[in-house]
Amino acid sequence: MEGNLSLVGYGLATIGPAIAVGLIFAAYINGVARQPESGKLLQPIAILGFALAEALAIFGLVLFFL
Amino acid sequence: MSFNVLASTLGTMAPAEGFPPTPEIFWQPLFSVAGVSITRAMVVAAISVVGIAWWLVATTQRAAVVPSKGQFFTEGVYGFVRNGIAKDMIGSKDFLRFVPLLFSLFIFILVNNLFGIVPFIQMPTMSRIGFPIALVLVVYVVYHGIGIKKHGLAGYFKFLVPGGLPGWIVPFIFVLEFITFFITRPLTLALRLFGNMFAGHMLLVVFIVGGWELFLADSFFLKLAALPAWVLAFAFTLFEGLVQFLQAYVFTLLAASYIGGALADEH
Repeated sequence: MEGNLSLVGYGLATIGPAIAVGLIFAAYINGVARQPESGKLLQPIAILGFALAEALAIFGLVLFFL
Repeated sequence: MSFNVLASTLGTMAPAEGFPPTPEIFWQPLFSVAGVSITRAMVVAAISVVGIAWWLVATTQRAAVVPSKGQFFTEGVYGFVRNGIAKDMIGSKDFLRFVPLLFSLFIFILVNNLFGIVPFIQMPTMSRIGFPIALVLVVYVVYHGIGIKKHGLAGYFKFLVPGGLPGWIVPFIFVLEFITFFITRPLTLALRLFGNMFAGHMLLVVFIVGGWELFLADSFFLKLAALPAWVLAFAFTLFEGLVQFLQAYVFTLLAASYIGGALADEH
């Protein structure tokens, strides 16, 4: 089997942001479930947090190609 | 090791040209004019600009109080950017003058992203790093420009540090905030859009080309395995559509939040 070890490293590195994104949306769903009218207010905040957490995974992707 | 055994029992696979896919698949020059290559991404971007211009002119030319279907749709998209992004992020006092910029960014990125799953075009423009960099440059100049205009050059740098901190910590916070404002923010903004489009396109290529490779293998079971690969390719195409919309939204949202942050009175 051939391949690049940094690919495995990147795969492992995505676990962190993946958990972070999961936690962010879990908190969002919890918030909306407790108080449905807050959904509209929380949505941009949740997506903002998701984007910031996801940036770390994207950094990993770019570093993989460097 | 075990993969080799598996492969030899199931039949041999001759790797074909362009397999496995590499980032080179994104470099697709169509023709060159005076030494400058016109790539597929450039053509797609040009098509999108023409398409957007036609769409906006056609649906707003005869704007009426009782809107037609087209006008209603355009107003819906505009209202989404105006109220859902700009007003929320910048604040109701001076969001209105940034709505044209944010609306243009949103629809330009959205249409270009969606070209990634439109049949026969299938090239997300933003998977070439130059396009996100150009868009981010515009946002970068705008949010620093209005920040400096509002606070003054010295005031803008003073504004980077939140007030009420003990004196010895101010230099550290200043360096951190300076890096955030001038390096991390534009870098992440460009890389996020680029990375998502790039990775999404690679994913689709892997599933479709990989399925084709499996189909060409001289074993019945490997041919059978091509079917789930193509089913997954179809599923990921739908998923890509969601990601592409989300990335256009996130880019505009972050651009608006940076503008709003530069305009804020206090930290």
